[in-house]
Amino acid sequence: MLTARDITVRYGERTVVNSVSFHVRPGEWWMLVGPNGAGKSSLVRALAQAVPYEGDFLLEGVPMRGRKPADVARVMAVLSQQHAVQYSYTVEELVRLGRYAHERGFLRHMDSAGDEAISQALRDTGLTDRRHASLLALSGGEQQRVFLAQVFAQQPRLMVLDEPANHLDLKYQQQIFGLIQRWLMQGGRSVLSVVHDLSLARRYGTHALLLNDGRSAAIGPVREVLAPQVLSDVYEMDVFGWMRGLLSPWTQEE
Amino acid sequence: MAESKLTHRLTIPLCAVLLAGVFLLCVCAGSVAIPLGETLSVIRRALLGEEVTGSAAAILLRVRLPRVCCVALSGAALSLCGAAMQGLLRNPLADGSTLGVSAGASLGAVASLAFDLTLPAVPMAGTMAMAMLFAFLSLLLILSLAFTLDRSFSTHSIILIGIIFSMFASALMSLVISFAGEKIKSITFWTIGSLSGASWQQAGILLAALCLASLVLMRLWRELNAFAVGEENARAVGISVRAVKLTVLIVVSVLIGVCVSVGGTISFVGLVMPHIARMLVGPNHRRLLPASMYAGAVFLLLADLAARTLLSPIELSIGVVTSLVGAVAFVWIFRATKGGRR
Repeated sequence: MLTARDITVRYGERTVVNSVSFHVRPGEWWMLVGPNGAGKSSLVRALAQAVPYEGDFLLEGVPMRGRKPADVARVMAVLSQQHAVQYSYTVEELVRLGRYAHERGFLRHMDSAGDEAISQALRDTGLTDRRHASLLALSGGEQQRVFLAQVFAQQPRLMVLDEPANHLDLKYQQQIFGLIQRWLMQGGRSVLSVVHDLSLARRYGTHALLLNDGRSAAIGPVREVLAPQVLSDVYEMDVFGWMRGLLSPWTQEE
Repeated sequence: MAESKLTHRLTIPLCAVLLAGVFLLCVCAGSVAIPLGETLSVIRRALLGEEVTGSAAAILLRVRLPRVCCVALSGAALSLCGAAMQGLLRNPLADGSTLGVSAGASLGAVASLAFDLTLPAVPMAGTMAMAMLFAFLSLLLILSLAFTLDRSFSTHSIILIGIIFSMFASALMSLVISFAGEKIKSITFWTIGSLSGASWQQAGILLAALCLASLVLMRLWRELNAFAVGEENARAVGISVRAVKLTVLIVVSVLIGVCVSVGGTISFVGLVMPHIARMLVGPNHRRLLPASMYAGAVFLLLADLAARTLLSPIELSIGVVTSLVGAVAFVWIFRATKGGRR
């Protein structure tokens, strides 16, 4: 599905991603994890062709550099970390933007498959009754769900999600991650996501890439990469002990 | 919500009716008032190619109609540019002059007025031709500057380069004015913006430029929506970000260059009217762009009417009226939308 070969991203003199390679197959959910400043978001932005990079991304075997953005967007959808919305678009107007790459020619507004995809995406993200609401009237979590609905409406084969759990409360974390997992299981599809919450990464990921200082510190099946010892080395703390400690007040009460 | 959709749909036809009404009012009213019936009959006979004589016909056909046409077209053009730039740059303070091309065009016009410069073998008035030439040169300079400084054409770079270029052009303009001697009055009048001597030829050029620009920009309504949400989002849904950006910037600059060369720098129309249009029809560029054109045309027609009738026989500069009204309107919009987030 996606192959990254020796990806290097530099901002001026500073190298933020240093010669990273990985290979995502259909059916796999890759978790991109690592401490702050490890280069996760930069790697995603390079994949989204938003920053210059060295090396190659192959999407379904074809190099991405120089390809038409609309051709890429029919295969790969990207959820970037969102910034404040400026104008009062409705939920439906924003989700409809996800259909851009599928709408072709002069009659591009006659995209009937699109209407169905949009309705489905709104249903899946629990936004059907907010369809005509203004984005500015929504909470951060609701806005995040709108942008996720846009990704679903795009009907890609590869989803690239930068912090999909951002602003989501626990109920919607569970719902959205479950939704992505069911989407993934329909076959021929892959997910690559940046996730801060290591327990979410461990629970839903099939594979993981652990970045540290722009370099790949560990790569492979999620069970091996997110092993306590590997994590403790990179995060320079007892990650497992800390997470167990977080739960201990409840487990002790039980 | 169905109700608000209906009002959204009805707004554009209502705008067209309003524009037609205001247009006729502006043609009839003035230092010599001409009855509506006579105005319509003169226009009808002129359109049919009949010989029309009399003082009313002369005023209408030689002075008032070309001027009112130029005013309506300029208003529509300035407001269209503002709406497109506010969407593209995701900045409610942007307008057609943000890129700095209008400052360059002004410099050309001022230089032509001060030193009696004209382009040899160009049939149009010297000021207009020089303004267009300078607008074109400014666009080339700004784009090559942007190209060397920031190849990705980021929004911040565009706004910064625009501000720097505008300041540079204004400084040169001040320099030119200090050598202008007794021509200062005509230069000042020109720089605040005026359409008092507008001709049919200028109206024709404006119409052609507006038609071309609105055709291109209207076809980009989806892309502008995506930019208004955010550039990363626009790229993610499959838009060729740089190509769209360049197209919009060039089209807006050409249209602004033509506007400035005809009527000087008329401020506030391009900044304020898209906001009012957005309050009426929402931020979707499919409706916002036409609504902005109507709103800009109606506003500038009324401003021009006020400029030539309020203190008659003295004629105010249209730029003074738009700035006075625009500043008050902007405070009101800012209050109504809590900081321009609309």
